[in-house]
Amino acid sequence: MNLEELIISLFYVLIIPFIGIFLGLLYKGFDRKITAMMQSRIGPPWRQPFRDIRKLFMKETIIPDGAVPWLFNAAPVIALIAPLIALAYLPIGPLGPIMEGFGDLILILYLLAIPAVAMAVGGLSSGSPYATVGAQRELVLMMSYEFPLAIAAVTIAWRFETFSLGVISSTPVWWLVGPVGTLGLILVALALFTVLPGELSRVPFDQAEAETELAEGLFVEYSGRNLGLFYLAEAVKMVVVGTLMIALFFPQNLTNWVTIGGPEIFGIIIGDLVGNVAFFLLKLLAVIFVSVSVVRVAVARFQIDKASYFYWVPMTLIGLLGTLLVWIEGVIL
Amino acid sequence: MSKDATYEVPIGPIHPALKEPFMVKFKLDGETIVDADPHPGMNHRGIEFMGMHRNPLKVIPLAERICGICSIVHQHMYTTAVEHAAGIEPTNRARYIRTIMCELERIHSHVLWAGVAAHEIGFDTHLHFTWKIREKVMDLLEEISGNRVNYSMWTVGGVRRDIPKKMYRRDFSPKMYPKIQNTLEYYEKLYGKLEDIFLGDPSIRLRTKNIGILTEKEALELCGVGPTVRASGVKKDVRIDQPYAAYGDLELDYVIPSRYGYENTGDVFSKTLVRLKEILQSIDLIRQCVQKMPDEDIDSEPKKAALLNKLKKADGEGIGRIEAPRGEALHYVRLKEGHEELDNWKVRASTYNNLATYAPMFLGEQIADIPIIAACIDPCIGCMDRAEIVDINTGEQTSYDHEELHEMSVRKTREILGDKL
Repeated sequence: MNLEELIISLFYVLIIPFIGIFLGLLYKGFDRKITAMMQSRIGPPWRQPFRDIRKLFMKETIIPDGAVPWLFNAAPVIALIAPLIALAYLPIGPLGPIMEGFGDLILILYLLAIPAVAMAVGGLSSGSPYATVGAQRELVLMMSYEFPLAIAAVTIAWRFETFSLGVISSTPVWWLVGPVGTLGLILVALALFTVLPGELSRVPFDQAEAETELAEGLFVEYSGRNLGLFYLAEAVKMVVVGTLMIALFFPQNLTNWVTIGGPEIFGIIIGDLVGNVAFFLLKLLAVIFVSVSVVRVAVARFQIDKASYFYWVPMTLIGLLGTLLVWIEGVIL
Repeated sequence: MSKDATYEVPIGPIHPALKEPFMVKFKLDGETIVDADPHPGMNHRGIEFMGMHRNPLKVIPLAERICGICSIVHQHMYTTAVEHAAGIEPTNRARYIRTIMCELERIHSHVLWAGVAAHEIGFDTHLHFTWKIREKVMDLLEEISGNRVNYSMWTVGGVRRDIPKKMYRRDFSPKMYPKIQNTLEYYEKLYGKLEDIFLGDPSIRLRTKNIGILTEKEALELCGVGPTVRASGVKKDVRIDQPYAAYGDLELDYVIPSRYGYENTGDVFSKTLVRLKEILQSIDLIRQCVQKMPDEDIDSEPKKAALLNKLKKADGEGIGRIEAPRGEALHYVRLKEGHEELDNWKVRASTYNNLATYAPMFLGEQIADIPIIAACIDPCIGCMDRAEIVDINTGEQTSYDHEELHEMSVRKTREILGDKL
């Protein structure tokens, strides 16, 4: 790696976290506004999450007497850092993964598991019975949704014969399969879509926070800066999970169909770049809208055993069936 | 690790699952409830004591402030009890207006409950939907009484406001009270949607079917009241068992699930069903009232000074017993000749009975079901709360039974009187 590449990489690595946080908060705002409109409410303005963060960072951070302070304080930082790192390994719209070659899909799956574990550790270390119950639920839920998530990842990786996201996102997977495989991919995509609300702890899979049951469960003892960090972690995680979904299933760029043109700088056509980025942001909004906002409005919270059952039996079976179809097409037909 | 893996989680006194200060201590084994112990006493305001220091008419606005949702219920019970004690009869038109108001409030209370129940199981969309449609009946209540919540409509011997003239046409056509009719039609139209949501939605069924079961035997043994026990198939409704106001003239039947082809399981689902069907029943009752309402005075004693004088001379006890949206409730009033204030006033709200049904409903359920089961009796802690005795130094909670209290009272008398006895 020469100096020029190193500088560009460093630049990306320093910029990407801020973009991730900004997008996360922006989409959180949109999600809240859209949800409110679907529930015939007015809802907060789209910039409310930014205000929330500003306020949370100004507030006093209280550490309860029964807590383990270093663990209690470390949990939110770890929960935020993990998805920020994951962002560097994900292709963001037209830009390929910045850390291409240093890590792949497997690493992302591990990085996605870290915030949930950090939240559970934070909850357990806070010494509150509500948080303890919340932490147990978070871990149970994590173990449940990891299965369909892994199935989806493995299916795609098997089709491309690589775990590298740069390769996977360079060609839409739909172009590689026939009709049977398409059906299989639809099933796999469905299974992955149901993982999203679980991964993001949203209704119907918000058992770990469950306001009416556990009074915010995991976060019940968190306040001020620590709570703000969790809030940011959740926002970034939303972007990461959405981007992963897009990278696996919808990596198309706008330039696949239209070219805008415009001036050329350093070999990049500005018009096309802007078009592709805008298209990516729209795709992300659509994914978040379908998997978070609509689901959140349309169903009630499940009990934890039923949520676990939902992931382990129906969704795993649907995912496996999809994988089977893709495999049949690839090997037999 | 010890064999006993249970741990204690207190729900309350302040908790999102509870709308009022109240505490239930749960013993849990993992996610399963093995013991539930309710601890009331955080919301006792001594209203009965306040009421015993003012004249019977001044107590009416105080009585309706016992509860924020069933304020009509408390006015109604209190005035009925005073009328009973003093031998005053309300006029017939007043009886009908009282019935209409009671039934409107039942609609409002049940729609509100449905929203709360949806919120408790994490379905906020329906919370917003039901609370939006609730506005219509609140508008009507405001149009009739002038207030949205505490209506101040009742007085001893009748009501203070007639149903306003702009809602009123002389001919006895079905469209006689257009504002009322419009509201009823609005609810009839939306009723199908409500039933679709609360009885048909798969994720709601998942959370309410076979949750918080109260068998018929337990319901009878624990003296539960209202929709809570009607859902278990107990035929218990003061409106039919001991008609008050105009209910004697109206046609109505017990709302129990088996009447509509469901099983009397007594779970949260059948409690929801009973409450929804009661909305329809209320609509029907208001229609009947509007048809049969006689044209006469609304108050049997319009001169308040004369009425107060009459109440001052009255001597006796009275009971007001009505079917609140949450179940049977009761006021007891004692008047003493020559005394301007009430001699005694006792309130027993429906939640007091229904609280006992918590124990069998909670056992064996999950933490996730606590909010919906807690909400399924439609608890109103403000109505029912009793004092709890706590030793500040040790934090120890004790309770006294009747004999102990009597003994303490005797001891105190001896102390005061000393050797004069």
